[in-house]
Amino acid sequence: MKSPLQQFQQQAEIVSQDRRHREIIQTALEKYAVVRDQTRAAFQDYGAAREAAAEIKTEALAQLDRHLEQFVSRLESRGAKVHWAGNGQQAREIILGIVREKKARSMIKSKTMTSEEIHLNEALEHEGVEVVESDLGEFIVQLRKETPYHIVFPAMHLTRGEIKDLFHRELAANSSDHPEELTMVARRVLRQKYLAADIGLTGANFAIAETGMISITENEGNARLTAAMPKTMITLLGIEKILPRLEDLALFLPMLATNGTGQLLTGYNTLFGGPRQPGECDGPEEFHVLLLDNGRTEILADAEQRDSLRCIRCGACLNVCPIFRNVGGHTYGTAYSGPVGSVITPHLRGLQSWKHLSYASSLCGACSEICPVKIDLAHHLLQNRRNAAAQKPSLAWKIAFKIFTCVFNHPALYRRLAPLGRVGQKLYPLVKGTRCDPAYAWTKTREAPAIAPQTFREFWRTRK
Amino acid sequence: MTEREKILTRIREALAVPVPQSGHGQRGEPRPQALVQWLPLVGETSDEQLAAFRQNAAALKIVFHALTDGNELKFFLTALREKEQWKEIGTHSGELTDFATQCLALPTLKTDSGYKAFELERCDAGITECDALVAQTGSVLVTSRSAGGRALSVLPPHHVVLARRGQLVRDLPAAFQLLKQKYGENWPGMISFISGPSRTGDIERTLVLGAHGPKKMTVCLL
Repeated sequence: MKSPLQQFQQQAEIVSQDRRHREIIQTALEKYAVVRDQTRAAFQDYGAAREAAAEIKTEALAQLDRHLEQFVSRLESRGAKVHWAGNGQQAREIILGIVREKKARSMIKSKTMTSEEIHLNEALEHEGVEVVESDLGEFIVQLRKETPYHIVFPAMHLTRGEIKDLFHRELAANSSDHPEELTMVARRVLRQKYLAADIGLTGANFAIAETGMISITENEGNARLTAAMPKTMITLLGIEKILPRLEDLALFLPMLATNGTGQLLTGYNTLFGGPRQPGECDGPEEFHVLLLDNGRTEILADAEQRDSLRCIRCGACLNVCPIFRNVGGHTYGTAYSGPVGSVITPHLRGLQSWKHLSYASSLCGACSEICPVKIDLAHHLLQNRRNAAAQKPSLAWKIAFKIFTCVFNHPALYRRLAPLGRVGQKLYPLVKGTRCDPAYAWTKTREAPAIAPQTFREFWRTRK
Repeated sequence: MTEREKILTRIREALAVPVPQSGHGQRGEPRPQALVQWLPLVGETSDEQLAAFRQNAAALKIVFHALTDGNELKFFLTALREKEQWKEIGTHSGELTDFATQCLALPTLKTDSGYKAFELERCDAGITECDALVAQTGSVLVTSRSAGGRALSVLPPHHVVLARRGQLVRDLPAAFQLLKQKYGENWPGMISFISGPSRTGDIERTLVLGAHGPKKMTVCLL
């Protein structure tokens, strides 16, 4: 079993040298950057809007307990059933409990990264339930037995040709590689799944405390159908999705769309406040809302990084990150990739096993700069590095720094040792590029700069 | 202790530690009343708002028609029926929708008192009313009460919206205000801002209409 670090290093090495991958990702993200900037420019004052978004989310989190209680009591008053899960296992058990109670054989899902976080599909399939992802990108990666490549664009790493072959293989569809035809193939297949599904499961983008509603942002209409056709609806969401007031959406819906896809608003922005209400003609008979902690209270307890719970999962930080663009989404090995994934995964899944993600950064700060809720991602990566080192200091580093301190505190010793570098460099080619090379990670693709023929002191003496 | 209590306790314990420095985005109270000044600009007059809606709806691939009276609507709908060869339509009870049903004289599925999913699935168009049109974004605001339930506006391949001129609102904050006034504490099960026909860009970021929901969307303003 490879460790997350080994997996990351190997995968990063392969993907970063894959020119085809680079071309696909760069083309897609350049298109995104153009429309995103156009839409931002349509705001009268984008900076003020961004500032307000950060403040509203901060306010939501500062009284998270009160907001959650309000959210739950309003939701329950309209007949929804609310469940609480401390971790992924509890969440899976609650959902499996509903599945068993309903004797459900099939489930249709609209896009939810939280279900990726708790590995829900595996658990359901193990139970013998047919699970179908209905978001087109998710449907494609599910057919490939892959995880989503990106939190907003799950299949952005694939070309139309690959998707055509996939549909031919898995769905016996003989279509051309035109995106429209491919989309219609998926539409036909998924329509039937909708009409047959026993349970619909969705995620949520926001949870409105004031009115007790969940808000879902999408383009395809698949979440609308998921919440309309099956008799039972389940919504899985993290406890940090809270917004205090209904009208906060007037800001957050455009902020999410602008940064997520570059649209001012996505195709469907829908609020669900309960199961079918008295006098209504359709909608689920039962509506279950599952609130998930799974490490989020731990992030909340880290006052320094509490702001990372403001995240609205727009994916903007992934799109601008030079590391993400080069190593790709799958390399991270996590549900949430890119800068925000690197910040929160150590909290959700253990600092020591996932600290390497915080080094997968050039610290350029593009993520902090783009974030619509002003999470200081670049500094949080540094804090994760610091915390990891403080928690479990490396012996090699300790010894190295002891020696460094000693040499630099003793001028006489420094004078003796400095010229040794020149000798060392003469011998260096013997080990360069081999596993004995202490600087292998650096020198395997780069030349080490030559050391000057004289030290500064020697130079100064001759000049006199 | 229940899981609910455990989580809420953890939250309260976590929040007892204040955030160290007031860095960016952590200053006191929010200012939602200023929203109107930050979001994209829409004019004050109804003509400006109508022009904004027209422009934004066109960008979203919504076919938009401002009609003067019932006769024009009848003419428009029957022409559409012929052009797209509608055989059956889905709709709900309402002043405008009842009028449209009368004009079209087609087999009609009314969703009001329940329906079978496959019956709605085979309809050629879903004709609904709405709560508002939002000039700022070109969106149509519907709810499960105003638009014949949850599925009517999304299951048939063509969504036709019938709206009155007075239903045009300026921007998103105004739309939320309207919702609060209209529904107060008696909220419908679903509220949806629809911004164009169903769409996807999941294959090579190429726009395709009709991913799951309607491939076409038409808004008629009376």
